[in-house]
Order: sequence, then structure tokens, then C-alpha cells
Amino acid sequence: MSALLQVRGLSHHYGQRIGCQDVSFDLHPGELLCIVGESGSGKSTLLKTAAAQLAPSSGSVRYHQRDGDWLDLEELSEANRRRLAREEWGFVTQNPRDGLRLNVSAGANVAERLMAMGMRNYGQLRDIAKGWLERVEIDPARIDDAPTAFSGGMQQRLQIARTLVTQPRLVFMDEPTAGLDVSVQARILDLLRRLVNELGLAAVMVTHDLAVARLLAARTMVMQGGRVVETGLTDQILDDPQHPYTQLLVSSVLTT
Amino acid sequence: MTSNYNFAFLDENTKRMLRRALLKAVAIPGYQVPFGSREMPLPYGWGTGGIQLTAALLGPDDVLKVIDQGADDTTNAVNIRRFFARVAGVTTTERTTEASVIQTRHRIPETPLREDQILVFQVPEPEPLRTLEPREAETRTLHALADYGLMHVKLYEDIAQYGHIATSYDYPVLVDGRFLTSPSPIPKFDNPKLDHSPALMLFGAGREKRLYAIPPYTKVESLAFDDHPFEIQRWEHQCELCGSDESYLDEVVVDDRGSRMFVCSDTDYCGQRRGEQAA
Repeated sequence: MSALLQVRGLSHHYGQRIGCQDVSFDLHPGELLCIVGESGSGKSTLLKTAAAQLAPSSGSVRYHQRDGDWLDLEELSEANRRRLAREEWGFVTQNPRDGLRLNVSAGANVAERLMAMGMRNYGQLRDIAKGWLERVEIDPARIDDAPTAFSGGMQQRLQIARTLVTQPRLVFMDEPTAGLDVSVQARILDLLRRLVNELGLAAVMVTHDLAVARLLAARTMVMQGGRVVETGLTDQILDDPQHPYTQLLVSSVLTT
Repeated sequence: MTSNYNFAFLDENTKRMLRRALLKAVAIPGYQVPFGSREMPLPYGWGTGGIQLTAALLGPDDVLKVIDQGADDTTNAVNIRRFFARVAGVTTTERTTEASVIQTRHRIPETPLREDQILVFQVPEPEPLRTLEPREAETRTLHALADYGLMHVKLYEDIAQYGHIATSYDYPVLVDGRFLTSPSPIPKFDNPKLDHSPALMLFGAGREKRLYAIPPYTKVESLAFDDHPFEIQRWEHQCELCGSDESYLDEVVVDDRGSRMFVCSDTDYCGQRRGEQAA
């Protein structure tokens, strides 16, 4: 099976400082890849660079389109980049307030990407929005409520609905469960696992929580200081860490 | 005419700059052209954009009409008309049919316009996406990419909250199938008059330093949803002065006990009709 996303030698520098350095990986359709590491290890920078939100300092990202052609993201025009980001990709931010439009209702948030794609039937938009609210376990009766009236966990679920409504093939997630309490976190992870399986999504997820990686991801990459120090099957990495930093990371997980 | 001013107040270089910008605006219907807006002897929000456009357009033979919310006799209209009578010495009129240039605030005259007339709009906010997207760089990118899904988010919100598209003025239009444009705060009642209008329509926003145009016979489409089509306002009343049942009506409170009457907002149209009825 050929890859969906091919990242080769990707670096992003903030001036003299390293964001991420020389990262390569392949992402296959239907696969969920976790990037773990401590704060400041370059996880989010890598995610944003791979998602073409930041321009790479060097290296390349290629995306395998539905029609079978490979797309080099650096050569992509702004119009096509936006179309891709809207129709085939999704991006879930850590803080749902960054990913949502807070001054319009939940329904409008879910339907926005569809309207941007040209859907012009109010009744249809509303039905789809209701369906998606239900799928992310938000009461469809709250479709006209403002996102600010929602709890943090509901906002995050709303953001997931808003992102997945166009049935993207690839979703980037930047610590989607950080900052939520443990029970809400568990529900969202459960939801994500179900949706990823149902829709056959490929996803790259950044997290600092090894439990999340173990629950969701088949493969995990460990980052430190902007570089990937270890990569492999999640179970293998967590049960038999090779790199000293990974060993430290695994041993520092609290067991109850 | 006061001889201490250059003809029509602005100096010739400024008028030339404005005309160049206007030509560009006409060449790209609905596109907002930046221009070097000047200080005018009236405050921003009172029509500085419109007044600069009018100054650039006027010639000695032009006949100027100025309306404010359809009326010829309100402060804004009277002052701008007097201003141009003083600094340009042009003939002014209240008759729509006699005017060659009509500067307007928030209405299009009821009397159909002709090919030899120019309508100049005073625009407070030229960017229709501004309330949804505050970043100028971003709205420009959205225009460049014709990425207008955002506007429908606003219309969606209207229907979700009020059951119908409640936007009643400054109703967004798509000009020539390309640029999303603010028609200035005219009531949506006037939107159909923009479509394939024989008269040239020019829009000036002085504070925002933008002007744009809808050339004659250009397709102007009011945005809507398939199942919630565009509709204009309707009244159960007729004008109490001239009896018109097809013009845009103002509701006027006439005493302290809350009595009210409905009259045409277009004073010239109403006056002409009453004149014909008396004759």
C-alpha cells in the first residue's frame, strides 16, 4: 500500500533556533501516528510544517491525492493549499477556541466548511450539522447555541465535528485532549478512536501523554530537541524503549 | 461660485488620481480600489467618500442631485448640494430625471435611472466580510481567491436565529459573478435595482480609502440559500401622501401619543406623484 503523506528531511527553524530538524516519516491511509515528547521538543512545529501552515526551512512534504498523483506542498499555490486544507485535510487545535468561530452558533461552525465548498441549501446544511453534533455526542437541540455556552470538552468535540464534516482523508491534531479533565479526555479519545475507524481517516496526533499514544496509535515517534530520537510500533516503544530519553519518558509515567 | 477654490474644491492632481482609480474600478466590477482619500470639510461618516467621487466627476455642465435616505431636504443632502453649488457652481436639482450626477446616502431613487446618469454612493464600510473577518490581509486574500463561504455563515446565522434572512440593509451581492461587494447600507429593497442598471454606479468610502464600481448592465446577484431565496421588504401600507404601494416606505412618528404614518422615503418620487394627482 502506498503512503498518503511522505515527509522527507523536514526542518523548520525559528531564526537561529531549531523548531524541528531533519524529520522523515510516511503516513499510510487509515493510520494514526502519534508524536510524543516533552514541551518544546518541536512536536507542534513539526505538525504545523507538515500541514503546510508553516513553510519548511528545508525538506519536503508530499501528499498522495485521491486521483493518484503526488502533490508537492511547496509548489502548491495558496488557493490550492486552502482548498486542500479545507476539503481533504483537517486540523484540530489544542485550544478549541482557536479552531472555532466563537461569534456564530454551533451549527454554523459545523456547516462552515460545507458552505465554503459551495453547498447552498439551508435545510441540508442543518441536517448534516445535526447529524454531526449527534455523532460527537452533543445534543442536536443545542445546534443554535453559541460555542461559548459549551463546556471545554463540548467545544473540543464541536471542533472535531467541524473538522470532520467534509470527510477529510487526513487530520492533524495538536494535543486535542490536553487541558481537559480525565473523564472528558477519555470520552474524546473514545470518540476519536471510533471516528477514525469508521471513516478510515489517517491522522497525525501530537501529545505529551503516553497513555493517549498507547490507546490510539499504531505507531509512535519520540521527539527531543527538535529531532526524532526513536520511532516504531507504539507497544514496542512503550514496552521496550531503546533511547535513553524514551526510557526516561516511559519510566516517568505515574502508575496507579 | 466662490472663486477662492479650485473647481469642485479638490485640486486637479487629486481629481486625476481619483479618475484613474475610478477607471480601474469600472474595469474590475466590484473590486475595491485603494485611493488617497483627502481631508474634506465635513467629518468622516458624512459622505467624504461620495463627495470626493462627485468632485472628480463633475463638469461645469453637470446637474447635481443629492439625497440622504431618499430625501432631498435632510441636513446631509442640503449641505452637500450647497457645497457643490458654491465650489463648482453647478446647477443643482431635486428632480431625479433632470440630474446627470446623483450622490446618494443609503437609497437608490424609485424613478428608473438612465444610461446618461451616474449614481455615487456614500459608503461607511466597503468590506462586506469585515464583521466576520477583522484582518484586512485575510479579507483581501479571500477576495483574491473568491473564497466567499464565510458570507453564507452570516446568512445561515440569520436563518438559525430569526427563521429568515434578517439582514435588511447592506445586503451582500456578488458582482459580475466574481467579487463579493457591499452595496453600501441601502435597504435590500433596492438590491434588484443594482442588477443590469443602465446607470453607472460608483461607491466611495472616504475613511476606509476605498472606491469601487458597478458598471452599467452588470449582473448583480444578491446572495441567498436555495431554500431561502432573496426577498425584498413589503408593507401592508401605502404611502399616506401619494398612495404609492410600490415604493420604499418610512414609518414616521407624528405626535407624542405614538401615532404614526407611512410615507415614501424618496421625496422627489412622492412629490412628483402628488403633483400629477393634483393636475
